[in-house]
Amino acid sequence: MAVNAKTLNETEFFYGHKACAGCGGSLAVRIALKVLGENAVAVLPAGCMSAVGFNFPQLCFGNNAIISTFAGTASMLTGVQAGLRAQGITDFHAVGFAGDGGTADIGLQALSGAIDRNDDILYICYDNEAYMNTGIQKSSLTPFGARTTTTPAGKNIHGNLRPKKNMFEIVAAHGIPYAATASVGYINDFMRKVEKAKSIKGTKYIHILAPCPTGWGIKTDETIEIAKEVVDCGLWYLAEYENGRFTLNHRPKEFSSVKEYLKKQSRFRHLTDEDIDIIISSRDKKWLQLAES
Amino acid sequence: MKPFLRENIPTDLEEIPDAPAYEAGYLVTKNAGWRNVRPVIDPLKCTVCLNCYLHCPDGVIFRKDGRVEIDYDFCKGCGICKKICRLGAIEMEAEKNG
Repeated sequence: MAVNAKTLNETEFFYGHKACAGCGGSLAVRIALKVLGENAVAVLPAGCMSAVGFNFPQLCFGNNAIISTFAGTASMLTGVQAGLRAQGITDFHAVGFAGDGGTADIGLQALSGAIDRNDDILYICYDNEAYMNTGIQKSSLTPFGARTTTTPAGKNIHGNLRPKKNMFEIVAAHGIPYAATASVGYINDFMRKVEKAKSIKGTKYIHILAPCPTGWGIKTDETIEIAKEVVDCGLWYLAEYENGRFTLNHRPKEFSSVKEYLKKQSRFRHLTDEDIDIIISSRDKKWLQLAES
Repeated sequence: MKPFLRENIPTDLEEIPDAPAYEAGYLVTKNAGWRNVRPVIDPLKCTVCLNCYLHCPDGVIFRKDGRVEIDYDFCKGCGICKKICRLGAIEMEAEKNG
């Protein structure tokens, strides 16, 4: 039976942390650790979750956890699982929690190497669409049009010029045993995916969209709604890649309004109707491609 | 293991570890001071569906004797629980002191 709110491990493994109120990333870490249990060994690179979790002597992880170099989340996971196996320990889950910058920009080569070696690790990317910990700088997972401190919105240039990198498909292209996308707005779907990844040997990758109230310019209580809305309006999709096949988990019957989703966030407030049309047409192109596969 | 508040705050040089490793779940400060509003659960309306527990970023909502309770030491008052509750059993109340 799939894990749900009633059957989920009641112990908290990520508690008393200093994340901003309403943080989506900390919810993803908390839920993933509850599904994996106390034998999880967490690796966190530089980023929000290591900054809020380890402020000596305030140590917020109840299980074993370690900070890695920014680029080395996946290589440290490789070392953790090799070290534990060498000691004869078999009952563990090596899990990494890296942000979008630590995954798609800085940690990409280490992740690619780990997938190539097919090390028995679970890599979770909590995607808040910019380098939030250092003050909202653009990463390669920042969507088109978003205002960040390094892609300011002016009269001529309306925020970020480049589209969001498709990290899920880049990982899947390695022929990884299991990859999935998720959103904190669909938390039961995420729990199911972590539980599935737990039972698979080899490298697993889960990409979870985790809104950041501070960086996105939303109220602290809107995190879950906005994470749901991004899926419902079609700008993010819930999918899995397994045994060389893609499966779409959620197909909205009708897309909700993209404009409404964008205008709720101050990072998109400057967008003109033409900019929104570009976003809508790139969404439609993506869904056409998804329908064909 | 759930991280919990300790009485001893390491301050002396002897208490600070030589190696960059320490006991897991060692908490010395609360987060209660971050909050302007606090969620209050109406036990008459609550059906223990646990949706708030599932979506709390800080994990401060828990079950106790068939009821849902909140650990106010670590609640930051984000209000996600109030929004997620379909029955309207959670209200945000202003903090009275400070």
